[in-house]
Amino acid sequence: MKAVWVIVRKEWREVFRNRMVIFTVAFLPIIMTGLPLAVLAATRGGGEVGDLSAMDLPPGYEALCGGLTGTACAQYALVSQFMLLFMMIPLAIPVTIASYSIVGEKITRTLEPLLATPVSTLQLLAGKALAAVLPAVVATWGGFAVFALASRFVVVGPEVTARLADPMWLMAIFLVGPLLSVASVSAAVMVSSRSTDPRAAEQLAMVVIVPLLGLFFGQIAGLIFLNARLVAWMAAGLAVVDVGLLGFAVALFQRETILTRWR
Amino acid sequence: MIRMENLTRRFGDILAVDRLSLSVAPGEIFGFLGPNGAGKTTTIRMLAGLIAPSSGEATVAGCRVGREDTALRQRIGVLTETPGLYDGLSAHANLAFFAELYGVAHVDAAVEHYLKWLGLWERRFEPAGTFSKGMRQKLAIARALLHEPQVVFLDEPTSGLDPEAAHLVRDFIAELRREGRTIFLCTHNLDEADRLCDRIGVFRQRLLALDSPAALRRQLFGRTVVVHLRALAPAYAEAARRLAFVHQVQEVDGRLLVTLDDPEARNPELIRALVRAGADLQFVGELRQSLEDVYLHLVNTEEKSA
Repeated sequence: MKAVWVIVRKEWREVFRNRMVIFTVAFLPIIMTGLPLAVLAATRGGGEVGDLSAMDLPPGYEALCGGLTGTACAQYALVSQFMLLFMMIPLAIPVTIASYSIVGEKITRTLEPLLATPVSTLQLLAGKALAAVLPAVVATWGGFAVFALASRFVVVGPEVTARLADPMWLMAIFLVGPLLSVASVSAAVMVSSRSTDPRAAEQLAMVVIVPLLGLFFGQIAGLIFLNARLVAWMAAGLAVVDVGLLGFAVALFQRETILTRWR
Repeated sequence: MIRMENLTRRFGDILAVDRLSLSVAPGEIFGFLGPNGAGKTTTIRMLAGLIAPSSGEATVAGCRVGREDTALRQRIGVLTETPGLYDGLSAHANLAFFAELYGVAHVDAAVEHYLKWLGLWERRFEPAGTFSKGMRQKLAIARALLHEPQVVFLDEPTSGLDPEAAHLVRDFIAELRREGRTIFLCTHNLDEADRLCDRIGVFRQRLLALDSPAALRRQLFGRTVVVHLRALAPAYAEAARRLAFVHQVQEVDGRLLVTLDDPEARNPELIRALVRAGADLQFVGELRQSLEDVYLHLVNTEEKSA
């Protein structure tokens, strides 16, 4: 375990010198946290939105809102739209860090001396993966904490804020978020093995965001209504996908494969 | 310390290393010579437990290659073809990272020792990316030695270095020998191999020759005595040819080149014969074939036979 932390520390020292990485890690959580707060603040002021009754909302919202009144329901529905945006943080940050970390090592040819040490390939992969996943998870959880605290000041009532601690949100932030990070790192490892440009690797690996965007637009279009059951299914599905992706990543991250096939 | 038995590596249809068998004794500097693409780096990678042999066996520092690779990597140091340093990290941070990975007990002390030894201590906090090629190579060598390995693999340690830096690296290698470490040296610099290596192996997918540089010279070219004369005459060469122990006589640039066995014992007789024939001798010495001659002879012969 010590070797894993040695690698994690080195990765952070190296990768956080890169402005692109700093930008992604710092700005993405700020934007994804600030945007829903701004929207909530804008919809708080009453007027037509504030006067909505439960009867005015589409049928799916009834299930989403439960006992919330029309105005509170409208705000909660809006907030729920942004939950998927939050999920972009654990997807995008690991892709950026892992792409720069792995492709960077390929470019500077630092992988072979590293592979010549007694460190196992699993420790090496774990170190690189943790270095990418931990900042993403911390940023996601930190962003959510800020959002949950700040939302008290911009929602119409405490019942909306209370909903942020319901099983759907908790599962999304604390279970789906880390699972998305693992998927993201695995994708970055796979793409990085075939890339010699960190930016190209990053862009290619960002394909992992597409399913999430599909969900986001489906939700906006009213085709999908997020609920605890759907999020639980997402978590289960992701766990399965992660096992498969990690298997691929581990297979790609063998010493021999790196030295003889990575170009 | 290093033993290979029919070590073979294929990449698909390409045979990179073909049944390589040799041993390297403890404390020996072994030169592994061969043209680009001969399979030298592949051999080092196999011996360092980085890639698996297709067949055959090898033992390095008491560890079986392919079976005890983690222990093996702990006991060896590898200088790869390119220094492979983290340019954004300081010299100290580069070495400290690897010292921690190797489980060195006193990381700072080990790093300080090698940085001072290599004359990099004053610049320890500067990023490796700002270092010259020679300094980078020295740092990479230090990285390979931090954990005090018994066996050190050096792949082109002086490649691309200026004469001064190359000289420093060679002194460093000689120092490692004095410490009793076994060194497996891949180099294209034949003069370097001649000066440093106890034995050399000329390799091109398979081992073409294996011995000390001096023995290889003798095997391939015999021993040749150079006789400088005031003036050349056909009678002198004829007088030399008549001697039973002389294999060959050539007249080159006003000198006689006489190939013979055991010059220490036969030279007096040769000199007497030349003097009797009327030759005025100025100097007598031994012609030293360069290792380059040996190498080119072996590689070209193999190329023609292939």
